[in-house]
Amino acid sequence: MALLECKHVYKAFDNRFILTDVNLTLPEGKIVGLLGKNGTGKSTLIKLINDLLTPTEGEILVKGLPVGVESKKMIAYLPERTYLDKNMTVEQVVGFFEDFYENFDSEKARKLLRELDLDPTQKMAKMSKGMQEKVQLVLVMSRKADLYILDEPLGGVDPATRDYILDTILTNFNEGASVLISTHLIQDIERILDEVIFIDKGKIICHEDCDTLRERENASIDEIFRRTFKC
Amino acid sequence: MQFENNIPIYIQLVEAMKLQIIAGQLNPGDRIPSVRELAMLHKVNPNTMQKALSELEDEALIYTERTNGKFVTEDRELIAKHKKIYADRLATRYLESMAAIGFDAEAAISYIGKER
Repeated sequence: MALLECKHVYKAFDNRFILTDVNLTLPEGKIVGLLGKNGTGKSTLIKLINDLLTPTEGEILVKGLPVGVESKKMIAYLPERTYLDKNMTVEQVVGFFEDFYENFDSEKARKLLRELDLDPTQKMAKMSKGMQEKVQLVLVMSRKADLYILDEPLGGVDPATRDYILDTILTNFNEGASVLISTHLIQDIERILDEVIFIDKGKIICHEDCDTLRERENASIDEIFRRTFKC
Repeated sequence: MQFENNIPIYIQLVEAMKLQIIAGQLNPGDRIPSVRELAMLHKVNPNTMQKALSELEDEALIYTERTNGKFVTEDRELIAKHKKIYADRLATRYLESMAAIGFDAEAAISYIGKER
């Protein structure tokens, strides 16, 4: 059974279609890049999968079941923007996740936070943007989930932190789980991807194995992306 | 390890491990770390690492002992054969590079013997 299935998914806001006929199947145990230019529907698709928006038409299944309460247990989601109360300290945020998610491994979160040299008594508001992003990623990756969905996890961070984030993703996702990462920083991320999905104007125009694509096109995913989406 | 993004990553991993075997950094019969350990070491996706090891296994450079893990082949002739292929490739590349700056094969070969 596929981990995630989108069947003929459409999403319109005020009669304007953001996504049209999205069909997508994600298997277990893969890291998949969701790549597309700004405003092509990446975040909308991600919100639909997380049941934060409802499709105008079509169906989204996680492990064969329609998205809902059960799928939220199975999916660990890193949104584009933070939703945490910035007046909370790091330790309070960990406690919050502990209360909220059955599958949250607080030991693991504390271990990862120690590795980052973070002071647990520090307030989120006092930390740099990069540090806040790391804390959020640690929280998400510390859940024992079946699917990790990371929306622009590399957004506002420097290249060294990007490497740290990629390594954290690589070493911390469960065996058998899958990771879906949306980004436009393709060059940084392509070494860890199994598959890529290109999305353009609300449609999936390519979903393929990365090494197959590189072999056939004799180019990097970044180059193929640039060629495909040349303005 | 630095990867070229335009060449399939598993192929680069195969080449890197092959080089370790022919250079003797990995010896015949040596045990190879697990897929996950290697993936972590090279900072790649475990699936990609698995694909690279399957490829090496197809070429018989490594073999699996069902419960013990993967090992470097003890077939020294096979390793020697791969070493020759690698050396041939280096020599060809040298000759081509020299040809590009105007040395014919003979001149390129005698150039190697000269003092620098």
